[in-house]
Amino acid sequence: MEELKVKEKDIVIPGELLAAGMGYLPGQNTYRKGDQVYSKVLGLVYLSGRAIKICPLAGPYVPKAGDKIIGKIIDIAMTGWRIKTNTAYSAMLNIKDSTTRYVRRDEDLSKIMGIGDYVVVKITKVTSQKLIDLTMKEPGLRKITGGRIIKINSQKVPRVIGKEGSMVSLIKNKTRCEISIGQNGLVWVKGTPENELLAEKAVHLVAEKSHLSGLTDKVNEFLIKSTENKVEKQ
Amino acid sequence: MVYTERIDGRKADELRPMEAKAGVIPNADGSAVFKAGKTTAYVAVYGPRELFPKFKQNPKKGLLRCHYGMLPFSGCGDRIRPGTSRRAQEISMVMEKSLAPVIDLSEFPNSVVDVFINLPQTDAGTRCAAISGAAIALADAGIPMKDMISAVAMGQVDGTVLADLNYDEEAYDAIVSDIPIAMTHNSKKITLLQMDGEISNEDLIKALEMGKAATEKVYEIQMKALKEKFTEK
Repeated sequence: MEELKVKEKDIVIPGELLAAGMGYLPGQNTYRKGDQVYSKVLGLVYLSGRAIKICPLAGPYVPKAGDKIIGKIIDIAMTGWRIKTNTAYSAMLNIKDSTTRYVRRDEDLSKIMGIGDYVVVKITKVTSQKLIDLTMKEPGLRKITGGRIIKINSQKVPRVIGKEGSMVSLIKNKTRCEISIGQNGLVWVKGTPENELLAEKAVHLVAEKSHLSGLTDKVNEFLIKSTENKVEKQ
Repeated sequence: MVYTERIDGRKADELRPMEAKAGVIPNADGSAVFKAGKTTAYVAVYGPRELFPKFKQNPKKGLLRCHYGMLPFSGCGDRIRPGTSRRAQEISMVMEKSLAPVIDLSEFPNSVVDVFINLPQTDAGTRCAAISGAAIALADAGIPMKDMISAVAMGQVDGTVLADLNYDEEAYDAIVSDIPIAMTHNSKKITLLQMDGEISNEDLIKALEMGKAATEKVYEIQMKALKEKFTEK
C-alpha cells in the first residue's frame, strides 16, 4: 500500500498528503500521522531516496548559528549593541565580538556605532528561546556606510545568491554595485544612484520569480535591456 | 409554506460562486482575498514579530492574534461604526480558536502572528469567508500548519437545510438558523461550530453532514488559490 502522491518539484500546500506507507520518511517541513506523510508548509517537494522534504516558498527567517545577517542597531547596552534582525527577536553584539581595538571602560559606545547604523554580522549562538549572539570579527563583517537596504523574503535569499554566488556576481558585474546579502532577507547595495536602483529591481525580480527555472538568463536579459535603455536615453 | 426554492435559485447544497487569490497585499508577509458571493474578505498576515504588551508573551510558543473588522458601508443596513465592537471582538476570538489547532508556532516563542481581516462588502457568512481567507493568507506567509481550515455557514430556513446562506435567507421571515462550521481537511475535525436560531436534532446532524461536503468544496478553492500564485508566467 506504499504510494507516493507527489512528484519532485510539485507545489504543495499545508496539510497535503505526500505519501502513504511507512516506507517513506518525513523530512524537513513534513510530519507523519499514522502511516501517512503530510506537508507542513507551502512549498516545493524534494525527494532524496525515501525521504520527502519541502522547500518553503515563503516564510519567516529562523535564526541559525553561522548565518551572516544584516541588522540595524536599535539600542546601546552596557557592554554592547542591541540589533534588530528582521525577526521577532533582537540580537546582542558584544564589544569584545565587535572590534579588535581596545575599548576603554568608560568609553561612549555610540562613538563606535550609533543607533540606526546597519551592520553585517554573523550569528554565533541561538538559544531555544531565540536569544541571539553575534560577532563582527570575521572578514567581510563590518558596519555599513552609504548605499541602500532592500528587504526580501528570507526564503528567496538562496536564489538571489545563486549557485556558488552566480546570481549575485552577475548583478554585481552588470550594475557595478557592491552587494551584501544577509540570510535574514536584508540586502545592501551600494553604487551610483542609477545602478543602485537597477540592482534593486534585479533583486526584486529574482525574489518574485525565484520558483521558476532559467532565472539567471532572465535576469541577465533584464539587466542588458535596462542598461541599453539607459544608453539610448543619453 | 416550506422554503423549497432558494431566493437566488441555488440548489440546497450549492455554495455561492467563490473566488480566492493569494498574495494580494504586497507589504504583508502573507495575504489573501476570499469572495463568497457578495461577501469579500481581505486578509493580511504579519509576523512572527515581537509581541506587545509583553505580559502576553508565551515563552513556549508564539501567539496567533486575529483582528476582524467590517468596513463602514459594507453591510446591507445602517453604516457600521468602524473600529472594534462586541461582535468584532467575538468573531476575532472564535477565529483565533478555530485556526489555532492547526498552526504550529512552537518555533517562535514570545512572538505573535497578526492576522488582519477587513470586509469591504458583506452579505452574510463573513466569519466563514474570513476564516477560509485567513487559512490561505497564513499558508501564503509560510507559517507552519498541520492542516488547512475551510469554513462555510450551514443553516436551516423554514425546515430546509441549506449551505452557505446569504443575508436574505438569514433574514427570512420564518424559523431560521445559521450554523458557521470550520473544519480541518484531513482529519475532518470541527474547529468552529456556532449557532444562531432554532433547528431540530435531525436537521442539525444533516447540516453537519452537508457541511463536510461543503467545506471540501471550499478547500478546493483554497488549494487552487495557493497553487495559482506560483504557476504562471
